[in-house]
Parts: sequence; C-alpha cells; structure tokens
Amino acid sequence: MAEVLVLVEHAGGEVKKVTNELLTAAAKLGEPAAVVVGTPGTAGKLSDRLAAYGAAKIYVAESDQVNQFLTAPAVGVLAELLASVQPAAVLIAASPDGKEIAGKLAVRTGSGLLSDAVELAEDCTATHSVFGGTYLAKSKATTPVAVITIRAGAIEPVCSPGAAVEQTLEVPVVRAGTTAKIVERRPVEGGDRPELTEASVVVSGGRGVGSADNFAIVEKLADSLGAAVGASRAAVDSGFYPHQFQVGQTGKTVAPQLYVALGISGAIQHRAGMQTSKTIIAVNKDSEAPIFEIADFGVVGDLFTIAPQLTEAVTKRKG
Amino acid sequence: MGNVGGMNIVVLIKQVPDTWSERRLTDSDHTLDRASADVVLDEINERAVEEALKIKEAGGGEVTVVTMGPPRATDAVRKALQMGADSGVHLADDGLHGSCAVRTAQALAKVIGTLGGVDLIIAGNEATDGTIGAIPAMVADVLGLPELTHARKVTVEGRTVTVERETDDGVTVLQADLPAVVSVNEKINEPRYPSFKGIMAAKKKPVRTLSLADAGIAASDVGLAAATSTVIESAPRPPRSAGQVITDEGDGAARLVEYLIGQKLI
Ligand SMILES: Cc1cc2nc3c(=O)[nH]c(=O)nc-3n(C[C@H](O)[C@H](O)[C@H](O)COP(=O)(O)OP(=O)(O)OC[C@H]3O[C@@H](n4cnc5c(N)ncnc54)[C@H](O)[C@@H]3O)c2cc1C
Ligand SMILES: Nc1ncnc2c1ncn2[C@@H]1O[C@H](COP(=O)(O)O)[C@@H](O)[C@H]1O
Repeated sequence: MAEVLVLVEHAGGEVKKVTNELLTAAAKLGEPAAVVVGTPGTAGKLSDRLAAYGAAKIYVAESDQVNQFLTAPAVGVLAELLASVQPAAVLIAASPDGKEIAGKLAVRTGSGLLSDAVELAEDCTATHSVFGGTYLAKSKATTPVAVITIRAGAIEPVCSPGAAVEQTLEVPVVRAGTTAKIVERRPVEGGDRPELTEASVVVSGGRGVGSADNFAIVEKLADSLGAAVGASRAAVDSGFYPHQFQVGQTGKTVAPQLYVALGISGAIQHRAGMQTSKTIIAVNKDSEAPIFEIADFGVVGDLFTIAPQLTEAVTKRKG
Repeated sequence: MGNVGGMNIVVLIKQVPDTWSERRLTDSDHTLDRASADVVLDEINERAVEEALKIKEAGGGEVTVVTMGPPRATDAVRKALQMGADSGVHLADDGLHGSCAVRTAQALAKVIGTLGGVDLIIAGNEATDGTIGAIPAMVADVLGLPELTHARKVTVEGRTVTVERETDDGVTVLQADLPAVVSVNEKINEPRYPSFKGIMAAKKKPVRTLSLADAGIAASDVGLAAATSTVIESAPRPPRSAGQVITDEGDGAARLVEYLIGQKLI
C-alpha cells in the first residue's frame, strides 16, 4: 500500500487536532505516515498521539534551523520525501502556513494542488465547498502525487492505533538568501476558549454589539456554551474585537454544530464563512435583517436583553 | 530606499466575481463562470496597489500591475491605473483557460521575468474566488525569491523589507533582502478611491497585453490540458431556507432555550 504523507501541525509540544483529522483521512487512501518537522526533541512529545490516530510511520526531521524560518524547512523535507517514497498523496492542514507549504511543494515537484478539501474519497478525489459554501466541487490531480490541503474540522477524527515506526531524516539546509528570516515572534496568548475553526459552538458578535466593552456579553454567552467567539468584519473594523476572530469571506470559515449571530445583519460575505453551520441562531432587532433568511431560529429583539438571559438559562441548566 | 530612481514594484492583481453577486461555476467544464458574474478588481488587490503606491510615494519608483486573465480583466488593470499605478501588463490568451494553481504561478513568474529589474512584488494574501492563498508563495518559489506573506504592515528600508505577518498564531516579524515577494492582509491599509484626475490620467497610461508567445510560455504548459488538477464535478448547494423567526415579547430568550433543548444543543 502506498504511503500517504501527513504533515504534522504542532505547537508547544502538542499535536494540533487537525492532524488527527488528516491521519484519519490518510488511512482511507493508503498507509498514514506522519511527518514531524520541528526543533530537536519535538517528535518525542508527539509520537504517542500520532500513533493513537493511526500513524504507521513517523518521519522525524528535526533541526535548530526550523525555528528560524517559516515554511521552507517543511517544504524541503516533504519535497525530498516525495521523491524518495512516491506517496499516493501529501495531506496538509489548510491553515495559512499549510496552504503555502502545499503550494510551494506542488509547484516545486509539478504535482497537482487540491486546495481546502472538506472531504476526501479513496481515489484521492477531493470535495471543496466553494463560493462561501454555495457550491460543492470535486477535483482530482492529474499527476502521480496529489498535494491536498484539508479544512480543519471537516473530517471526523477516528482513534485507530498505528505502529508509529520512527525514521529519522535530515532537514535540508535552508538557503538564507531565498528565504525570509523570522526576527521576532509575538504569539497570541491562547485563552481557555476553543479555537474558532475547531469549536463545535461559535458565538459571534457584529456591529450591533456596539463597543469593545460590550463584547463581554458575547464572551459570557460563549463561555456558558463552551464556545469560541467570532466577529463580523464591521465589528473588527470598528475595533470591537481582534482581526483573527473574523468570520466570513476574508476571515475564518466555520461550520460548527451551533452558530449564534448577535447583532449581525448577515451580509453575503459574512454568510460565506458560516452558512454551512449545522444550526444557526440569530438575534437582531431588525426583522428585515438577511441573517433571518438562513437562521433556523431567529429572535427579533435586543441582543442586550436576550443574550444575558440566554447566558443565565444555559448556565443554570448546566449548573 | 536610497537607490537612484527608487523601487521597481510589481503588483499582482486579479479580477474576480463580485462577492456581492451570485457566483457560479460553468456546467460544461466547471471553471469559473466569468460571463455571468459582475466582476471587480479583488478588494485585497486594491490594498496591494495602495501599499505599492505608498512605498512609491515615500521613496520614488514605478508601480506596474500584472494580471493573468480573460480579456475583460483589462478593466481591473485600468482600475489600478486610476488609483495611481504607472502601467499594466495583461497576460491574456485563450490557451490559459482552465489553468491550475501550479501553471498559474509558473506563468505569472514568467511574466515577471520579462519585466526585469523588479525589486518588490506585492500580492493579496488570498483571492476571494479561488481562495488558494498560496499563489504569492508559489510565484516566489519559482523565482527563487523570499516570500513575506499575510502582512499587516510592510516597511522598506534600503534593500531590506520587513513585514508583520498576522495569522492565528499571532504576529511574526519577517525580514528579507530585496528582491522579494510580499502578500498583504486586509488590515494593511484602506485603499484610496480613484480621483477624477487619476481617472483621466489612467486613459493615457500604457497597458501591454501579452500572448503566451509574447511571454515565452509554451502553449503546452498552460490551460486545461496541462492542468495538474481538474475539477470533475460541481453543483450548487441548495440554498439554506429560513427557519422560524419570533419576536421577543419578554419570552424570546426562554423560547430560544426551548428550541436549543429540543434540538439537543444544550
Ligand atoms: C471583499 C469583501 C470581503 C468581506 N469579508 C467579510 C468577512 O469576512 N466577514 C464579514 O463579517 N464581513 C465581510 N465583509 C463585509 C460585509 O459586507 C458587511 O459589511 C459586514 O458583514 C457587516 O457586519 P455586521 O453585520 O456586523 O454590521 P451591520 O451590517 O451594520 O449590521 C449590524 C446589525 O446589528 C443589528 N443591531 C444593532 N443593534 C442591535 C441590538 N441592540 N440588538 C440586536 N441587533 C442589533 C442591526 O439591526 C444590524 O442588522 C466583506 C465585504 C467585502 C466587500
Ligand atoms: N491570475 C492571477 N493574476 C494575477 N495575480 C494573481 C492571479 N491569481 C492570484 N494572484 C495573486 O495572488 C494573490 C492570492 O491569490 P490566491 O493564492 O489565488 O488565493 C491574489 O490576491 C493576487 O495578488
């Protein structure tokens, strides 16, 4: 059975959830082989988790250089592996870094790039949700190897132990002249909330929330539901909430079990990022707001009244 | 910037279906239905042009916009010229139809190669139609240049470019020597509107249309036939229908809770 390479996303010595999803997808296509690119000592911390989600092999590519450059070390490692093991496919998370790693790998090796798949069939056909979820398209690579990025949260991860046989690789030396160097990192402090693209519940606020301080109302409801917090572009542009939480065409695409829109009108570009959610709830004081056209349950009313009452009821019920 | 004549900046721009309009794929070959949609210069590319103009205004130089696309994409080039870009290059050829991301990046690199002496290439971080989010990095890879992507801030000092790259992980400050490829995110700036003077001036600015042969690209290297990936099937999703909408009369939250319990969501 051909190997299917999975680039491991990891941070702070932990495997990111999307990697489990990629390993699950890989098992459908062939033999999952996890590829860890990190600083020395990284793979040791990740191997148990990778084994639990079905990694038959773990390629360990560790070097101090990995910290100095963004995507170049991973592209180098994957390009060499692609040549030496002839995998059926390379699976990479459709994150900003993942998309660039995949693109560079594809163009460097002349392989087909299938971008942002939400489903993957045994024969490497990828399904994409395009134009903000209004279209489904299926694509295939015409080349021997497909480089595929997969949207976080799209595939249900399955625990299924793998042998996780480790094999060490060299990280090709990055040529400084052709690669930007990292001069500073300012990581965001991860709070207790789930990541936006991974959360099963998302509570978003729009311009109707009115101010950055008022976003506490959105956060409180989110916390009662164990949800991630999102925002419309108007809320972000008004400085109510940071940009990385923007949901929509030019922000995050989310598809949680439950999406709650507070004070969001439902412009087409906002819907592009959330309309494939399982259940949509909207609170808006304007009964004409387009968000009600796609909401499963809408309340025409003041979010400043409804949201706190909802928070209280949910908290009580969980209590 | 220092060097005589200032910076030679190329901006990669793309005409896309307006996100305000209904966007479709064609039934015949599942490529973008460009004929049915209202098309515009992608907003992120207006920001890319704006950033180029700012750099030019600070240190002098030339801004050339480059696009690959069907004949009507000239309108997008014209819009960029109205904003203040100096000239345009438009790779347009029937043979390009259906090009995949890999072939698009290679073709754009070829076009940039014909320009010569380029210091800085600025692109959007992600197009609103294909949302590949990788063309700038791919073009950089083909050209052997460093890429500094998802910039919310760009600074050029002498021959060094520094950007603040913003993603979920936070901000990463990247630095490279010119020439380099930069892609911008939507927080970078607010693009200017073309002024009346700008609109008039744009009429006289040069736009060069290149065929594949002009750009030195073999017809067998692009288009549907050379594509490394193809769309084999597409279908619109049934639109979401509205559910129930109630008006809050003091019991709005309670009824919402009932609904959530009924759906086993809480
Ligand atoms: C290229 C492009 C990309 C874009 N990308 C995105 C994107 O990624 N994400 C995005 O969100 N937008 C995006 N937009 C912007 C989009 O068009 C809208 O402008 C934006 O979504 C509006 O945000 P909003 O609903 O919060 O604000 P508004 O449209 O101003 O709506 C605010 C709503 O709050 C309601 N309201 C006010 N007070 C209350 C109250 N007390 N209680 C209840 N309801 C109240 C009002 O009735 C109103 O419906 C994009 C636009 C373009 C052109
Ligand atoms: N056909 C094209 N012509 C010119 N520039 C392009 C083209 N396709 C993509 N780009 C550039 O690459 C950026 C990111 O696009 P993408 O990687 O396709 O999401 C765009 O904002 C443009 O700057």
